[in-house]
Amino acid sequence: MKQEYTISLFTEDHIGILSRITLILTRRQINIESITASESAVKGVQMLTMVVTTTPDMVNKVARQIEKLVDVIKVFVHTSPEIICQEIALFKVTSRGLMSGSMIGDLVRKHHARILEVTPEYIVVEKSGNKAEITDLLAILEPCGVLQFVRSGRIAVTRQVKELNAYLKEMEEAERGRPEKLEVYN
Amino acid sequence: MKEKTTTAAEQDMNNHEAEVTGAEALLKSLIEEGVDTIFGYPGGAIMPVYDKLLDYGDRLRHILTRHEQGAAHAAQAYAMVTGRPGVCFATSGPGATNLVTGIANAFLDSVPVVFITAQVTSVLIGTDAFQETDILGISMPVTKWNAQVKKAADIPDAIARAFYIARSGRPGPVLVDISKDAQVENLRYSYRKCTYIRSYNPVIPLHMRDIESAAVMINHAEKPLILAGHGVILSGAAEELKALAEKGGIPVAVTLLGLPSFPQKHRLFAGMLGMHGNYASNMLTNQADLIIAVGMRFDDRVTGNLKKYAPDARIIHIEIDKAEINKNVRVDLEINNDAREALKALLPLVREKSLEKWIREFRILDRVEYEKVIRPETEPDEGDIRMGEVVKTVSDLTDGDAVIVTDVGQHQMAVARYYRFSEKSTLVTSGGMGTMGFGLPASLGAASGSPGKPVVAFIGDGGFQMTLQELGTIMQYQIPVKILLLNNNFLGMVRQWQEMFFNGRYASTEMANPDFVVLAGAYGINARRVTRREELGQAVGAMLAAKGPFLMEVAISREANILPMVEPGASVSEVTLTYR
Ligand SMILES: Cc1ncc(C[n+]2csc(CCOP(=O)(O)OP(=O)(O)O)c2C)c(N)n1
Repeated sequence: MKQEYTISLFTEDHIGILSRITLILTRRQINIESITASESAVKGVQMLTMVVTTTPDMVNKVARQIEKLVDVIKVFVHTSPEIICQEIALFKVTSRGLMSGSMIGDLVRKHHARILEVTPEYIVVEKSGNKAEITDLLAILEPCGVLQFVRSGRIAVTRQVKELNAYLKEMEEAERGRPEKLEVYN
Repeated sequence: MKEKTTTAAEQDMNNHEAEVTGAEALLKSLIEEGVDTIFGYPGGAIMPVYDKLLDYGDRLRHILTRHEQGAAHAAQAYAMVTGRPGVCFATSGPGATNLVTGIANAFLDSVPVVFITAQVTSVLIGTDAFQETDILGISMPVTKWNAQVKKAADIPDAIARAFYIARSGRPGPVLVDISKDAQVENLRYSYRKCTYIRSYNPVIPLHMRDIESAAVMINHAEKPLILAGHGVILSGAAEELKALAEKGGIPVAVTLLGLPSFPQKHRLFAGMLGMHGNYASNMLTNQADLIIAVGMRFDDRVTGNLKKYAPDARIIHIEIDKAEINKNVRVDLEINNDAREALKALLPLVREKSLEKWIREFRILDRVEYEKVIRPETEPDEGDIRMGEVVKTVSDLTDGDAVIVTDVGQHQMAVARYYRFSEKSTLVTSGGMGTMGFGLPASLGAASGSPGKPVVAFIGDGGFQMTLQELGTIMQYQIPVKILLLNNNFLGMVRQWQEMFFNGRYASTEMANPDFVVLAGAYGINARRVTRREELGQAVGAMLAAKGPFLMEVAISREANILPMVEPGASVSEVTLTYR
């Protein structure tokens, strides 16, 4: 059964790594529903968050193929309950549409949105939340005349306790624990 | 000339931090990595490197092939015979794109090759400059790692990384693209070998608990079967494999690239697996109660129909590349380690055992295959010459002590089936990619890396004509390869499929061929054509005894088939033994 997965991965900050990752997904015909790249809590380490819909078997196969890439440090695959995730959306709405009724007040009170800019022509609204909340708000604003709508990719942190730093440390320790560098190919 | 070489050598010894050009730093770095031979082809963007190469001729032998694809295959073959990474140079643009087949071939067969391509001057990169091509993008899916260098100072580190990555873990090809300005700029040269990359951990610690579980599974099995692949050879685990098999009394079946990992004369040798593998190994895969797969990846040519693969067996997979585990076949126990390390740990825990009843089942099927297929193929007494008997003749006369190279097609399968590989043999063949045209350039690479050993290349008339320009390279360097051209005037393997699966409709598989003996003669290579069975033994003997390169063409039965066959979509236990 296909389901939604959040793949979070940590990579070295090297050129080309994103292409290598997407190539692996493209080969398996897996569509990236959203992708966000940013720096992580560890200096020099990039974090990528991707959302894909596929089978459990397939997500594990591609996760292993991604983790195998030389510049990839660690890959985590999560289903929704294991993560806390948010997206952010910006709506540019006609002022005329939005000013009518109690819309503006509702936006702030009921939907926890923020007003970023107000002009006679348009108003820019910001909303962060999960995918469904943002989709709902879009439906509500639609009748007011949405001029532009943009949403970010998903960003997520995990509920698990072990952090990347711990993994990095383990890796470095495993490295130091080795008797001598083996050249495996001989 | 002479003066120049001594200057370079002196410089190298006297001051390690000398200012040198990027091109020179590249060559010095290669020497640091133990490189002595480079296969390649020059062009505009890489000229600074070639210019410096003249000064380093005493330590770096450059072999000029006739096509970059040839250089790539030769470098791969060199790696396969020496156990050290091969090195291949090409210029930007078309030079680089001509490498692609060779890179992909090395990638699928896990062979370490360091490809160095030149790139246009850095300010021109991205502008569609003359002979600019995005070789990083193009080679990305077929390299283990690649990188571009645009500053001379970055060259030593890039090369150090390239070698470390190519040869560690699951080996594979890497590519370093060096812009022309980086080749001519100066840098203060010093070299540090790479031994650690944070994001890359090729040496995986053993989990003793899993090793113990594996031993329990092995000790309880009544019909265990070992499947040995290229990983056994890559990790140098042939000794350990033999020890394990002997202790546990376990038969060993091999993949195409795993052929030399276990001596065929051994009583526990169970044959080759897969589409044209042996009868017993395929049939009994589906009766085994335990499969111990070592350094292999359950390729579809090995497993046949996955739904009907090894239904009664629990599977232990010993494999250094985690992404290969549970990729094609679901396994019961994964041991994600180097084959040699894992086998060494496993050996003391395995009980001594003899499984005569199980072994006898192999011998019974072997007998059937011998009568129905092997004898008619290798000892026919009438009709046209068959590939099997040619291979057997070479096998008998070399007694396994040779480097055997093949191209791709029926003759490749004939070699795999009828050459008796031993600990002394090396096999250089294109497995994962099945690249026609691999054989001839690979043979010259193999011979360059194994002086004193006979190198015999079996090549079909089709594949030979894909890269035959490498006869020029063989001529120029007098590389003593013995080329055995098995000529059936057909693209034999495709013709066989047309006969078996397309109602015998031979669409574009018949070949009008040149006079190969005359062709070899044009390159000054001694050659001979054999058409009669009676000549075969003497002719092969004479070829092996010949000093320099030699081409022997054998007229082969035009429409012979390679059997047995696990037909596409069939299970490994549904083997076609005879056809027609
Ligand atoms: C580059 C490439 N193109 C096409 C094929 C498909 N193919 C596989 S075997 C074969 C026929 C090979 O014929 P030949 O070289 O004469 O060898 P034979 O099978 O007769 O021994 C072909 C065309 C291939 N493997 N590689």
